[in-house]
Amino acid sequence: MGNKKNVWSKIWPPATLMIVLLAGWQIAAYLELFEQWLLPSPFSIVEEAIQVWPRLLDHTKATVQLTLIGFVGGSAVGFVLAALLHLIPGARTAVYPLLVLTQNVPVIAIAPILTMLLGWGLLPKALLVIMVCFFPITVAMLNGLTNTDAQLRNYLQMIGIRRFRLFWHLELPHAIVHLFSGLKIAASYSVLSAVVAEWLGTNKGLGAFMLISSKGFLPDRVFAAVFIIVALSLSLFGLVTLAERLVIRWRPEKEVK
Amino acid sequence: MSSGIENERPTLQVQRIRQKFGKGKAAKEVLAGLTFSVADGEFVSIIGPSGSGKTTLFQVIGGLERPSEGEVWIGGKETTGQRGHISYMPQQSSLLPWETVAGNIELSLSISGIDRKEAKSSTQEWLERIGLQEYADAYPHVLSGGMQQRVSFLRALLAPQQLMLLDEPFGALDALTRLHMQQWLMSIWEQNRRSVLLVTHSIEEALILSDRIIVMSASPAVVLDEFIIPFERPRREEIWNDPRFNELKQHIYRLLQNSAEE
Ligand SMILES: Nc1ncnc2c1ncn2[C@@H]1O[C@H](COP(=O)(O)OP(=O)(O)OP(=O)(O)O)[C@@H](O)[C@H]1O
Ligand SMILES: [Mg+2]
Repeated sequence: MGNKKNVWSKIWPPATLMIVLLAGWQIAAYLELFEQWLLPSPFSIVEEAIQVWPRLLDHTKATVQLTLIGFVGGSAVGFVLAALLHLIPGARTAVYPLLVLTQNVPVIAIAPILTMLLGWGLLPKALLVIMVCFFPITVAMLNGLTNTDAQLRNYLQMIGIRRFRLFWHLELPHAIVHLFSGLKIAASYSVLSAVVAEWLGTNKGLGAFMLISSKGFLPDRVFAAVFIIVALSLSLFGLVTLAERLVIRWRPEKEVK
Repeated sequence: MSSGIENERPTLQVQRIRQKFGKGKAAKEVLAGLTFSVADGEFVSIIGPSGSGKTTLFQVIGGLERPSEGEVWIGGKETTGQRGHISYMPQQSSLLPWETVAGNIELSLSISGIDRKEAKSSTQEWLERIGLQEYADAYPHVLSGGMQQRVSFLRALLAPQQLMLLDEPFGALDALTRLHMQQWLMSIWEQNRRSVLLVTHSIEEALILSDRIIVMSASPAVVLDEFIIPFERPRREEIWNDPRFNELKQHIYRLLQNSAEE
């Protein structure tokens, strides 16, 4: 109960601000403070979105599919990689610096290479999203696996726990909390990188739709796509937060936040 | 468990244990040749000042640290540097926050080699006995400090190992709770005698609980003296009024003070 109230008290201030901003935007458009063909008003964006809805829906579905494949794949890769780097002696010190190095290669630079090697299908795009998503998860997980409570570790080792059970009962549960902060970052990254991947080569997905619309000089449609992308990103983030609440039930309420 | 007569071999023998940390000039000797033993079914306390190396000693006995010199024998076998031969109640309660109270106890028992079914039933039975059955499925953070220590003690008591190490089990509790807990521990232990080695810096606590007290100095730690505690069991609160109680208390106190002044 108290929890619900808490959520509301957090949601309403930004929500109100959002409505005020949108209203301001609409009024400014009504007063013709700027040109409609440069910056369309919120109403005309919604109107346009309704008009091209069937097409927009198809593109949205494609983007959602790509995002989910990339997010789930990236999470799995990130998780397994962190576990392996942690469990195999010496692996972390050897591989981790190289991983950090790969993060300095911009996504936009990899994309053409991937399309060159793998063509224009789903695979190169999914790979791109996976490559963007796995890293924050690996970093967060590794952090959680390493920074376990020394007292708990000493206790379990003194009563004779074996390596794998130590991982399963101490390191992994501790890392779960960190894992979720990694998943939240990856959630936003996955939508973003899916759209970028669609820019670079297909005619499917919101990214492609945006590109075509902007070339055709249809700003209403570009904005409609942007709104949907933002909504997707928020939804995925919300899903991860929900999953976190369901999985982590052991923390005292005050730490949840 | 047994009377201790048929089993002459002590449960624990600590022989000339030295422990140094660091190397060269920065080296610091914490334990400087400790030798003592704990007999089967005996309750022994080690009294030592704060920072004297009590936890370090337990880590050596438990095999977490290999001593720089010396040997540890448990149940007649050399176990120096080997883990899994003791049951342990750490200084902080060290319950896993993601396991329920019952889950914590069951996990420790299964690590100690008890099969799951048996672990489950004895956990349930004992939680009932100590009046914590309604918390069996609660996570540890809802328990008070005293309750957490009870669970932590139960976890050590139910493990099959012959020797229990208790590291300042009540150090973090307020004076009143501490007194309750000492009596509670005493009554449970007197019904289920195991070999116990307890460390504490409270002389009174050691006097109330132990059959024998070993007094240790600080930096580096050596055994200063040993005392047999004569009060018969089961012990009652009356031992507070026993003149021997105060005599021993003052004696040990002076011993610790003299060693601190040197
Ligand atoms: N791994 C280590 N490396 C270096 N020094 C250590 C290490 N472990 C313990 N020490 C030192 O050994 C000394 C004894 O520490 P220890 O924790 O064993 O004392 P204690 O008697 O348990 O103290 P307390 O009463 O506070 O619990 C301390 O001075 C500590 O700094
Ligand atoms: Mg200590």
